[in-house]
Parts: sequence; structure tokens; C-alpha cells
Amino acid sequence: MSILFKNARLIDPEARTETTGDLFVQDGVIAAVGDTPDTADQVVDCRGKHLAPGIVDIGVKICEPGERHKESFRTAGLAAAAGGVTTIVTRPDTLPSIDTPETLEFVTRRGREASPVNIRPMATLTKGREGREMVEIGFLLDAGAVAFTDGDRVTTDTKVLSRAMTYARSLGAVIIAHPQDPGLSRGAAVTSGKFASLRGLPAVSAMAERMALDRDIALVEMTGVAYHADQITTARALPALERAKNNGHDVTAGVSIHHLTLNELDVGDYRTFFKVKPPLRSEDDRIACVEAVKTGLIDIICSMHTPQDEESKRLPFEEAASGAVGLETFLPAVLRLVHAGDIALPDLWRAMSFNPAARFGLPGGRLAVGAPADLVLFDADAPFVLDRTKLHSKSKNTPFDGARLQGRVLSTYVGGDCVYTKD
Amino acid sequence: MTFRQKHLLGIEPLHPEEIRTILDLADTYVDLNRSPTKHSDALAGMTQINMFFENSTRTQASFELAGKRLGADVMNMAMQASSIKKGETLIDTALTLNAMHPDLLVVRHPHSGAVDLLSQKVNCAVLNAGDGRHEHPTQALLDALTIRRAKGRLHRLNIAICGDIAHSRVARSNILLLHKMENRIRLVGPPTLMPSGISHFGVEVYDDMREGLKDVDVVMMLRLQKERMDGGFIPSEREYYHRYGLDAEKLAYAKDDAIVMHPGPMNRGVEIDGEIADDINRSVIQEQVEMGVAVRMAAMDLLARNLRDAGDKGVWV
Repeated sequence: MSILFKNARLIDPEARTETTGDLFVQDGVIAAVGDTPDTADQVVDCRGKHLAPGIVDIGVKICEPGERHKESFRTAGLAAAAGGVTTIVTRPDTLPSIDTPETLEFVTRRGREASPVNIRPMATLTKGREGREMVEIGFLLDAGAVAFTDGDRVTTDTKVLSRAMTYARSLGAVIIAHPQDPGLSRGAAVTSGKFASLRGLPAVSAMAERMALDRDIALVEMTGVAYHADQITTARALPALERAKNNGHDVTAGVSIHHLTLNELDVGDYRTFFKVKPPLRSEDDRIACVEAVKTGLIDIICSMHTPQDEESKRLPFEEAASGAVGLETFLPAVLRLVHAGDIALPDLWRAMSFNPAARFGLPGGRLAVGAPADLVLFDADAPFVLDRTKLHSKSKNTPFDGARLQGRVLSTYVGGDCVYTKD
Repeated sequence: MTFRQKHLLGIEPLHPEEIRTILDLADTYVDLNRSPTKHSDALAGMTQINMFFENSTRTQASFELAGKRLGADVMNMAMQASSIKKGETLIDTALTLNAMHPDLLVVRHPHSGAVDLLSQKVNCAVLNAGDGRHEHPTQALLDALTIRRAKGRLHRLNIAICGDIAHSRVARSNILLLHKMENRIRLVGPPTLMPSGISHFGVEVYDDMREGLKDVDVVMMLRLQKERMDGGFIPSEREYYHRYGLDAEKLAYAKDDAIVMHPGPMNRGVEIDGEIADDINRSVIQEQVEMGVAVRMAAMDLLARNLRDAGDKGVWV
């Protein structure tokens, strides 16, 4: 089975180029780029639209096991396909959490049987995410764990953390942490500043992120572990990140699409769909993070897809659950930065596909011969107004409801199979 | 007369002209309350429900009295003991009450923004009687009325707000209102009790109380919650009183005719000296309580008028 994509704007995130050309797929693998055969079993005329490697999304919460009413592998997979995400790396902060090879096996199996896109699981770093005992890192790696993270829980006991890091290093496992000082951020719903004070909401200083990152980097220096900060969202944390990288430590960082496109003022009159973790930051912080993505200081953009049902969100702001869905809105949201002229498409795409795949040793993320044909064809300019009720996710908690967005996925391919076509 | 609001959720959305409208009408209700009859039919036939999710004696009594003097049917819901404890959400409680067709809903809630949330789900007029650390608009309005009557004006005054600004909805509403009416505002208190981003509020911040009170026209004291005195925000009660308690010596830095205000209930000997609180030449604390009823009558009257107008036009139903 072969497919020929003709007249495409090919985005190559590895080479950071955008060129017009053809792409040939043979048996689920990219077989030729540019210099392609003239015919194939199936010919797709891309009409000058963009063809790129599918998005690799790190840190997606799928609420199986435990809260399937919020999201299942099926619905998350459909949302991902509709959003151009071809590989989902799942978070282990489920009920129960994914901290044994047996539960990891459940995730892998459910992902395989229910989702049209690739599902790769992460495991917790400590048992039950309690920050006391490390999980069976070796067994979990063998079972296919991509990385180890306690999600948004910070391991406060540095003895436990340093041992887990030392052990992880010996096996070459990557650890993902959520840099947020637990003391300063306790009970916080927004970032401190004028807006927080006007609304009377409990707030955390932006400094809490840098404090935690500083601590983690010291531990990385001590243990030599491969470390990824899930979300760096403040200007103050960036110099610390840059220093760690310049000093040759194996440190990378991510940022959520929400922190790149929204700021604290979007909360407005207590709109709980804008309550995320860490909280939305100031406009200055947002601009600094966009710039950091552009320069490559921040390596990875993720959706931080966190489904919450209506009941968890229809509460006073302080009591409402954190998180926003993002799989399906990832692409149009991120294109806001391109349309605003902040960043070029290939640079952006590097942070959405090539970098996460390379960092976590996943096969996708490249537009090169031999890479799996995980592809997304999209119209970067198509305007639309987002209607949250139309999202494929079971939970509809998107901050972009009613937003005017530009950029729609036309079709998504996983291993050469078409898993989504816009009707 | 200008007053276009459907709800009274905070001072923030009010126009200065609307504030004047409330205060002017409240003045007439002060006269009514001082007359022997003490009654009007402005809210006759209307149902007012008071929902207090947080303990309150004086604010609830003040709203209840205000409603009764205007002829409304007033019901108090003891929310502490009610179904909210059984796991019912705020929204469900609101919808349940809404089905009983109240006209005015007076709500106090421990979380900022909760009253706003509730107002989106009901089709009566909602009055915020205090939400978390956000706003307490009728308190700011009664303070404004008290100041206007004592000073003869509500602009170009030097006003010091002293104490726990960070946790105070009274302070937020007062800052917003006094700012809209073009006064100079000073905030006095220890830095641990100042909200973040305070330098962007258009106020002057003092951590020395004597400097902060120098030549002010109005001294507004705030209540220091007992649970804040445990060493978390200030070292001790006695150190707080020494540095930030209002006594005669510190008050002497203010203008000779400066008035002293307190939203109550007072902690005598913590934030205010008992003698100052009782000094009828300086303290207007009892007047504040009196103005509270009048201001709430005015606010409910105006909201009820808008509600009737909207009903006549067939909207909001």
C-alpha cells in the first residue's frame, strides 16, 4: 500500500524548513520526500496545504483508569486524531496511579485497542505518587514506560528524590518534574499580582517556579539524571534553565499551549475554564516563554490535556478543579503565534513533534525517509469559531470556547492509515 | 437619576454617578428610619432571601431590617446547616431557590467570585453581602455615606485604610469606591498583610502607622481575624497592637477633625483602643451601622425598580 501526497507545503522540523513538494509513503513508512514516484495506490492532492509530522503530545491526561466519565482512550484518541496529534504520551496520575508494570500494561492494552493514534504511557516516579518510595523503574522501562513523573505533585523529600534520580540515571530513564515550590503555591488559584488582588483570589508568586527549578537542577547536577521540567511558564525561571543547559546538564523543558497563548487576565470574572496548573501568568511572562520557544531554550510544547467534567468546573474559582482539554485545540491555538508573526512554523513544529520524539525516544516527529508515516495535513489559514460542544473529548473544558481561531486539520495519518478526515 | 445595574455584585462595575444615586436615595432613607413610622412600601409584594454561607450577625440583620422596612417578605436561609453540607453544589442551591421566584437574593460566601457565579444562574437581582476576599459593596457604600455626611463631601479627602488589607473584601471595595470618587488613599499595615501588586492600585502604602496617618481626614480601621494572629502573618497580638493598633497617640498624627471608622465587629485592644472607639467626637462607628440599613434599603429599592422595569419590558424572565 502506497500513498503519494502531492503539492504539499512540507514542514520539516528537523531541518527547520518549509518547502513545496511531494511525499511518498510505502507500507506505513515515509519512503521518499521531494523526489518521489509519479503514482501510488492512493494519490492525495494537498493543494498547497501544509503537511507535517504528526504532533507528539507529552503529558496528556486520559482519565482511565478511574474517571472514565471524564475521558477514555477512545474519546481522547478521537480528539487527538481530529487535532493532528499522532502520538499521545499519557500521564500516570490516574486512579489508581500507574506505578506498577501491571497497571502500565493495562494502559498500553487499552490504548492499543481503543485509540486510533499511538498511545505511549508514562509511569509515576514514586509509588502512589506519595513521594516516599521509588517505583520499579527497571520493570516499568521494560514494560514500555516512556518517562517517570509524579505529575503535579512535587517530591518534597530530597533524599527520596535524589535516590530515585540516581537509580533512574543508571537505567537511562528520563524524569519529568513539575517545578513549583509546594509551600509558596499551597492553595493558590492564580498568579500573585494586581489581578489576583483585585479578584481576591489566593495566589502564588511566579518565584515559586524558579525556586523549585533551582532545587531540581541542583539535584540533577548531583545525580546526572536526564531531567525534563513539564512546564516552564515564567520569565524568572528561564535564566536558571539556560545556565543548566550551558553547564551541560541533561535538562529540557516544556510549556503548555495555554501558557503561550493566554495570560492571567483571561480569567476575567472567575472563568474556571481558565484555571490551570500552574496558573496563567502575566503577559510579560507569556512573551518571554514564546521567545524561549523560538530560541529553543524551551524545547517542547504540550497541550497539558486535562479533562474535567462540568461539575468540577461549575464551582467558585478557588474550589474548581484545575486543567483544560487541549488535544483538539492544540494546532489552531499554536498557530495564533504564527499568525501573530511571533514565530516561524518550522521552529514551532520542532517543539511539537521533533523535540518531544527525540527527547523520549519515540519513533515519530520527523519528515524523513524511514520515519513512520504519522502525518497531519492542515490548512493553516482556515478561520473558525470554536464551539466546545463539538469537541471529541468527553470533557469540554476548553478555554477557547467561542474563540476565533485559524487553522484546521484536514486529515491525520498514523502509520500510513488515515485516522481522521475533516468532513 | 442613574442606576443601570441588574445586580450589585461589587463596586468595580459601578459608575460614580450610580454611586451618587445610591447615596442620595440612602440619605432619604436615613430620614425615614429616624421617623416614627419607619416604613415604606417600595418592596411590597417582593420576596427577599438572605443566603449567608458564612457567619454574620450584623450584615444579615441589617439586610433583613432593610427589607422589612421596605415591605418585602424576607426569609433567612441558614446555609451553614443546610443542604450545602449534604454535598449540594452552590449552583444547585441557587437553582432550587430560583424556582421559588425570589426577587432579591442577598448572598455572602467564603469564596471570591461565588456570588458572581450564582448571579449567572438565577433571574432575580443578586446583592453581594461579601464574597471571600473579593468585594463587600454595601459596606463600602455605607462607609461612603458616613464619610459624606460627616465631612460634607466625598472627594479630595485623605483617607487611610489600616490593618489587614490582604484578606479584606471591605478594603478592596473601599479602595475601588474611594478611588472612583477621587480621593487620596493610603494603606497602612505590615507588609505581610498587604496584597500583591499593591503598587499598581493607585494608592500610597505605609508600614509606619504614624507616617501613614499624618494629616488624614479619615481613619478606617479593619478587623484583624483571630486566625491571622498566630505568628503566620504577624508575630503576636501585642506586637500588632503596639505597631498598628489605633490609640490616641497615633491618632494625634491625623487631622484634628479626622473621623475614625471600623466595619465591626471590633477587637478592642488589638486593632483599636476601646476609648477611641467610644469617643463620640472622633468615632463614627455607630453611624456606620445606622447608614448600613439606609444604604441597603437604597440599593434594594434601586435594583427592584430595575427589576420591575425589566419585567414590564418582558426581559430578564
